[in-house]
Amino acid sequence: MSKAGITVATADPPASAVRRLPRRRGVELALIVLAVLLSVYGYCAVGLARHGTLPPGAAGYGAGLGVLALLAHLAVRLRAPYADPLLLPIGVLLNGLGLVLIYRLDLETPGDRAAPAQLVWSTLGVALFILVVLLLRDHRVLQRYTYVCVVAALVLLTLPILFPAVNGARIWIRVAGFSIQPGEFAKVLLAVFFAAYLAANRSALAFTGRRVWRLQLPTGRVLGPIVAVWLVSVGVLILEHDLGTSLLFFGLFVVLLYVATGRTGWIAVGLLLAALGAVAVGRLEPHVHGRIETWLHPFASIEAGEGANQLAQSLFAFAEGGLLGTGLGLGHSVLIGFAVKSDFILATAGEELGLAGLSAVFLLYGLLVERGFRAGLDLREPFGRLLAVGLASLVALQVFVIAGGVTGLIPLTGMAMPFLAQGGSSVVTNWAIVALLLRVSDSARRQYDGQDPR
Amino acid sequence: MTRHIRHAGFFCALLLVALLVNAARVQVVQAPEYDRNPANRRPDITRYERPRGDILVGGRPVTGSKDTREHLRFERTYADGPLYAPVTGFASQLYGTTLLENAEDGVLSGSDPMLAPFPLWNDFTRARSSGGHVVTTLDPAAQRAAFKGLAGLKGAVAAVEPATGRILALVSAPSYDPQPLSGNGTAAARAWARLTADEDRPMLNRAARQTYPPGSTFKVVTAAAALDAGVVTDLDAPTDSPDPYPLPGTRTRLKNAARGCADASLRKAFTLSCNTVFAKLGVEVGLRDMTATAHAFGFNNADLAIPFPVARSTFDTTLDRAQLALSSIGQYNTRATPLQMAMVAAAVANGGQVREPYLVERTTRPGGSVLATAGSRGVRQAMYPSTAVRLRALMREVVEEGTGRRAAIRGAKVGGKTGTAQHGLGNSGMPYAWFVSWAQGARDLTPSVAVAVVVEDAEEERRDISGGGDAAPIARAVMEAVLKSRDRAPGS
Repeated sequence: MSKAGITVATADPPASAVRRLPRRRGVELALIVLAVLLSVYGYCAVGLARHGTLPPGAAGYGAGLGVLALLAHLAVRLRAPYADPLLLPIGVLLNGLGLVLIYRLDLETPGDRAAPAQLVWSTLGVALFILVVLLLRDHRVLQRYTYVCVVAALVLLTLPILFPAVNGARIWIRVAGFSIQPGEFAKVLLAVFFAAYLAANRSALAFTGRRVWRLQLPTGRVLGPIVAVWLVSVGVLILEHDLGTSLLFFGLFVVLLYVATGRTGWIAVGLLLAALGAVAVGRLEPHVHGRIETWLHPFASIEAGEGANQLAQSLFAFAEGGLLGTGLGLGHSVLIGFAVKSDFILATAGEELGLAGLSAVFLLYGLLVERGFRAGLDLREPFGRLLAVGLASLVALQVFVIAGGVTGLIPLTGMAMPFLAQGGSSVVTNWAIVALLLRVSDSARRQYDGQDPR
Repeated sequence: MTRHIRHAGFFCALLLVALLVNAARVQVVQAPEYDRNPANRRPDITRYERPRGDILVGGRPVTGSKDTREHLRFERTYADGPLYAPVTGFASQLYGTTLLENAEDGVLSGSDPMLAPFPLWNDFTRARSSGGHVVTTLDPAAQRAAFKGLAGLKGAVAAVEPATGRILALVSAPSYDPQPLSGNGTAAARAWARLTADEDRPMLNRAARQTYPPGSTFKVVTAAAALDAGVVTDLDAPTDSPDPYPLPGTRTRLKNAARGCADASLRKAFTLSCNTVFAKLGVEVGLRDMTATAHAFGFNNADLAIPFPVARSTFDTTLDRAQLALSSIGQYNTRATPLQMAMVAAAVANGGQVREPYLVERTTRPGGSVLATAGSRGVRQAMYPSTAVRLRALMREVVEEGTGRRAAIRGAKVGGKTGTAQHGLGNSGMPYAWFVSWAQGARDLTPSVAVAVVVEDAEEERRDISGGGDAAPIARAVMEAVLKSRDRAPGS
């Protein structure tokens, strides 16, 4: 027995030999091809349903998306070979599906074509993705720019105050005919800042300060700057009437604080602050108060004889979808009217793809977030971990806030559905998020390569 | 830190589950409720997404659909709106549907599950079938003749084929054009306001949805009851009736418009339309038998649908003898639709058998294959065949030498009965002129058409012959039209 065991051991490669991790770039390529094919299929389905013929731009659309995805794939292959193979295909599929939905809605609004511009923005987004993957060799470089990030984020957030309000919210700036939403870019910068700051100060935050009952309060010296940043950003957002983004930043802040310090007290404080803020804002801001009323009674305007409001129309669209949906191009979500291609894009997905399609979209987001968390778990250094968790939470919270809003789960706050919704800044930002997650996941898995897994 | 990352991940998973559960709530659990919400325009959009099926008269569609390129895409059009409005009704995006457009809406709009290629197929694919067509029994020539005859008057015409119950003409005047009501804009709202405010009530289908006191035309029913009950056995025997006739149990004395009614025979009384004789006969027949005969002819039937519901014609069943006397000459609470009186004439023409009238010959798929046919309808024996033969003779005499001479058609056997119905408080209103008749072509074995005509506010003196003056020519025109179109297409 023992002799046989020894012979087996010697037949094995030497225990000290390095173990190569599979890089899985082939898997990624196959999934990208699948994602592009699915998008082209959706594009064709719209044309067939509407006109009975294949839409004229199908080949061009497919080729464009395919080339973009392939270039991104090549960049990953070149500079982030260990990266998670799911992140890029999910991004491609969601972006492709978003383009299909916007193209489909363009057919209903011949005077307002949004798909071509969205394709241009997607190209810019993928270009940024490639740039980040090529130029940012190590995510830890970002740690050097902690305060640059926060200043840049604050500047970007303040900028739209100088521009006129659009639809009640001062969140856009107009440059040369383009509307840019700087708050979108600020999200990533703030996530980087939070991650870097908390990584540097987490022990101080966690272990110093007075103890009140079971809560360990941090010292004012450490807490000061971060609360100040939070106050400024939230204050600016309330000035800009953009409740959704404010909620998003706050959620991100609490999640990262909890992960960094491990103190449940932070969650209690966070929830308390959130509740106070919600009540105060709900009381003081008529705009926000109206949103809450609409959420509680979505059909009140119908009973009042004023017709269905946007949320009611959105609910009607989801309801019409049922289990399997009406089929692409065959729904009437355009009845929602304003913002049907941006904030309410999910209603089109829900109506035309049904609960099945909508769940699939949610699960895609879920998978994207899960891959982000996975990278965070695999990394060993705190900045990378916090960055990965922060970016993944950013996506998760944003999806929840807007998807929950349009399906009547929570009060509606205007926000872009990542990748799906019309909006250039949002698409570019989300590609940057995917690029950073990819970089972090590459580092996470690279560290195990060439090592004994034990 | 790892533990806390897991916690945060768990929190995100919780958010995902919340979204999924909520999506299922909206899309599955509450979906039916949301779909039914009146502010949800999807059912309307689907309904008007494709052209509505057509209603056919004489093999040609009298309706159409217009592509408006609007949200509610297709609008109804009518080729001969006012002529066929009492049959088609309207199909409005704002005000719903009426008459055939309403009764056959499932077929016309394509929602009828029978239109699907396989059972449950449309539920599965969410497709909606194209609208099927409704083929009517109408004879366009008869319809046109009736419409022309009523031009400028207020009244109605109903014509049926006695042997089958097929409705050959159904006209109400004044009529209206249903097309302006089709859309959903301000024009439709204006048309609606104008039509509903019109004192002449053009949207009322007087042929099937309005009842009138039938007056002397009801004497056909009373005569049938008297002959069937054996109260009268010999048409030429004196009936032992005084003139004037004191209504039993009252001091009121019923008079006649014609002279020579005292003790007249049934033949003479029918030709002269003697109120006294028929009031007395009704009392002698008795309430039970009068009611039974009236029921057999179709009175008091609230469920008649052709396929749209027909107003209930009434013969009161709780009467004292004086009321029975009045009811037997078509007054008091006796009321009938023109269609009901056409059925009375048809029963006489058809050997005593009453065929349930119908308007839809068949419904077809868009391609023309048959979806459903009228099939066999109910038959009732309203009187003995021998009674029908005798009544036919009586009715022919009315046309040949009585009050209905203006209905005579050269070369055809025509039988008829005039009537003038008084109405209003103390009979102050202008009387209704009635004429019911049937006609048998020279080469036909049985009568091929039975008609009832009513003209409101007959511009004549209150004489019994006003039915013969106003209404009989219209009836003749309709009967002629039917006989002519039958000559052209024998056997149809």
